[in-house]
Amino acid sequence: MSRVIVITSGKGGVGKTTSTANLGMALAKRGRRVAVVDADFGLRNLDLLLGLENRVIYTAAEALAGECRLEQALVKDKRQPNLVLLPAAQNRTKDSITPDQMKKLMGVLATKFDYVFIDSPAGIEMGFRNAIAAATEAIVVTTPEIAAVRDADRVVGLLEAHTVHNTHLLINRLRPLMVAANDMMSVEDVQEILAIPLLGVIPDDERVIVSTNRGEPLVLSETPSIAGIAYDNVVRRLEGETVELLDFSVNSDSWVGRIKKFFGSK
Amino acid sequence: MTIINDLLERLFPRNESHTSRDEVKLRLQQILAQDRTDLPPDKLEALRNEILSIVSQYVELDSEGLQFSLQCNQRVTSLIANLPIRRVKHDTIVSSPTPEPQPQLGNTSITDAL
Ligand SMILES: Nc1ncnc2c1ncn2[C@@H]1O[C@H](COP(=O)(O)OP(=O)(O)OP(=O)(O)O)[C@@H](O)[C@H]1O
Ligand SMILES: [Mg+2]
Repeated sequence: MSRVIVITSGKGGVGKTTSTANLGMALAKRGRRVAVVDADFGLRNLDLLLGLENRVIYTAAEALAGECRLEQALVKDKRQPNLVLLPAAQNRTKDSITPDQMKKLMGVLATKFDYVFIDSPAGIEMGFRNAIAAATEAIVVTTPEIAAVRDADRVVGLLEAHTVHNTHLLINRLRPLMVAANDMMSVEDVQEILAIPLLGVIPDDERVIVSTNRGEPLVLSETPSIAGIAYDNVVRRLEGETVELLDFSVNSDSWVGRIKKFFGSK
Repeated sequence: MTIINDLLERLFPRNESHTSRDEVKLRLQQILAQDRTDLPPDKLEALRNEILSIVSQYVELDSEGLQFSLQCNQRVTSLIANLPIRRVKHDTIVSSPTPEPQPQLGNTSITDAL
């Protein structure tokens, strides 16, 4: 059975696209057949984070219009043959596609891949409704900040109303030192407020920006990063493993130690 | 001295003890209780009045101790009403809003249900 998972948030810029790219890539590395779908019509980004922007020829829009076959629109990743990207159209608006069309398209992908990840646009309008239409699971991304958590709560309610019942929380850009100084909500604080099961925590990490510069998701990098390890852990949980949360409650020096330990220190 | 200081501290907590983390949690809890119920204040007030008028047909309420609020816990919103009863009204004849349904002859479903 393939899993169709929407990655959504309400608030913009909290890390949906970053998470889609890393989760998709990490699962592909584990041998799963993965399709990542950019549902941010008009503002596509996922191709950039995956470094596939120069290979986009057709998009979901042409596939839907019957101007190409769906397979022709899928961009294969040379680094990781298990991963394909279905790009969003850049020159059309969010209203040029309907939830029913989205369902049809995702239905076809679901027959060919183990995982279909849908990168939702920000907001709760048409683009959001298209993105969730075909999903049977959702990952709600939030940062530990007031506006992001409020919007996440709204989205959790909307997902429920649209009968997406399997919803998990991914907390991004946690800053352990700020939590320790009581200047940021902790993982427990956010989880208590949103009251949905926690899938994982990704720390704030400069390496995320470096990886976007290169178009190479962190989980592909030779040099391990704390955010990359956190994404790997999320994927293991998605696959049913029980993996404890990384312990961020220490200074960054010992992160390095832990990363080294994780990779059998070179 | 320390006991008095302790007491003062407890009665008048200093502002520093309110971290920005405490503050944001409190603000979120309040705003989400409103967001989640999506019940405008005038509707809530109308609901309150109607419930009170019905309950008052049966009992005399202590208007001082009345409490009526919405609370949110684990994504479930509950209407919390605390209506202290002063005395039960035995004398009043309660007029039911809808007349007793007259059993219809030949309607078997009523007897079946019994
Ligand atoms: N864990 C992290 N540490 C540091 N920076 C991060 C992290 N996650 C995301 N970012 C940065 O935050 C910005 C927004 O990320 P991203 O584009 O993934 O968010 P989004 O939710 O997809 O945004 P949009 O709503 O616009 O689609 C990017 O510049 C990204 O590099
Ligand atoms: Mg995005």
